Amino acid sequence: MICPQCGKYFRMGGEERIRSLCDKKSCEEMFDNFESVDFLNFPGYADKLEKAKKSTQEKDAVICGTAAIDGREFAFFVMDSRFMMASMGSVLGEKITSIFEYATDNSLPVIGFTASGGARMQEGIVSLMQMAKVSGAVKRHSNAGNLYITVLTDPTTGGCTASFAMQGDIILAEPKALIGFAGRRVVEQTTKSKLPDNFQSAEFLLEHGFVDAIVPREKLRATLSNLLNIHSNIGGKFDYDSI
Amino acid sequence: MTPYEKLRTARASTRPTGSDYVCEIFKDIIELHGDRRYGDDVAIFGGIGYLDEDMPATFLAIDKGKDLESRIARNFGCPKPEGYRKALRLMKQAEKFHRPIVCFVDTLGAFCGAEAEERGQGQAIAENILEMMGLKTPIITIVIGEGGSGGALALATADRVYMLENAVYSVISPEGCASILWKDSNKVADAAACLKITAGDMREFKVIEGIITEDFEHFNKMCNSIRHQIKKDVCALSELSEQSLLDNRYNRFRRIGFFEKSEE
Repeated sequence: MICPQCGKYFRMGGEERIRSLCDKKSCEEMFDNFESVDFLNFPGYADKLEKAKKSTQEKDAVICGTAAIDGREFAFFVMDSRFMMASMGSVLGEKITSIFEYATDNSLPVIGFTASGGARMQEGIVSLMQMAKVSGAVKRHSNAGNLYITVLTDPTTGGCTASFAMQGDIILAEPKALIGFAGRRVVEQTTKSKLPDNFQSAEFLLEHGFVDAIVPREKLRATLSNLLNIHSNIGGKFDYDSI
Repeated sequence: MTPYEKLRTARASTRPTGSDYVCEIFKDIIELHGDRRYGDDVAIFGGIGYLDEDMPATFLAIDKGKDLESRIARNFGCPKPEGYRKALRLMKQAEKFHRPIVCFVDTLGAFCGAEAEERGQGQAIAENILEMMGLKTPIITIVIGEGGSGGALALATADRVYMLENAVYSVISPEGCASILWKDSNKVADAAACLKITAGDMREFKVIEGIITEDFEHFNKMCNSIRHQIKKDVCALSELSEQSLLDNRYNRFRRIGFFEKSEE
């Protein structure tokens, strides 16, 4: 799971990640009946989808559902960079929106694991609109007083960073994960200079104030458990006599 | 016109810029500067003015600039995080004073420099989109030239969105798309066609409410009709309860998407 050379984590599939974190048998997948369609007849899209489906055995780049850590239930979404670099199309937008709506209806926290190359250009403007669609659901969930934690994993870039990845109440990141808006090469071309090695790393974002904490994988379950616990009695009354 | 010709028309340096529309459509303009956090990004021209005698409004316009000097100062219309944060500050101010918000979008995209990354370009855009979903005041956006990706959406998460007939709206620049898809940034025309970026396409995807006919030779007349449309929308939207306004905005984006759904 960790590269012996550089200490960087290997990327994980969605199911593997959620099962490794949550209580045994607590994980239930939802909204798994959506599939992408090539509605623009975009060159190569149908083939890319087929190949990604075969190699990952998944229907698209995100899985959603409910799970529990130490008995505390939450809704989750996990993006899977093995599926077309978890680019964000209609299916991803619909599924993440749906899980936020479910969590709002059931007053559940949401934990989202982000990883994405950005919008899915093969779906044109419709993919851009998914950013607004998901953000709307995040806003409703937030307005109802619910907790949203994002865990930024390698790589979280483009439209994902520019929407729900950065909208968490608490933003965690995995060590050395690449997190940014524009691609490194694009930034280098724009600035016409070589960027430091740690540019757009989780550590770089922490230094600039854009993530709350960097959490190594072995401590992630305990950290999430703690966070869920602290937020489990929102708005509860304090009883002076029992102190 | 082909999509590529429209792209070139949308980018033409002779086209009116964001501030031209504001100055023509609004009266008694007061420009308001700065994000109160870091600086003032002049790529976004923001402030308050009157749409009509008793209709004050907040305006936000991405402005590409006219000559080389002003274009450089404005980063050729590519806003930095402080630009988006200024926009959000003025939008929240508009909400407080129950003013409608009118945005004019014309950008290749958000600025991609190292300092923009350091100051959280992604976070700034994310916050605008999130907060715009909850602003209890009408928001109307007009794409006057280029609507470039997240950098445009940060001012276009609105109740009504219009486009000029030769404006374009795209998830990625056709150059970027061509270079990813065919490793050849010269195939811009092909990419522009594949991406479906024209106002007609947006209408079809229900991403916009209407298309505005261009008549730059009679710019004043054209802006009068834009002002009329904005006023009409503001009146209709202000009839709604705050909850209905927000629900309608939510549903406007909620329904966008194409997929297959099998029975569970």
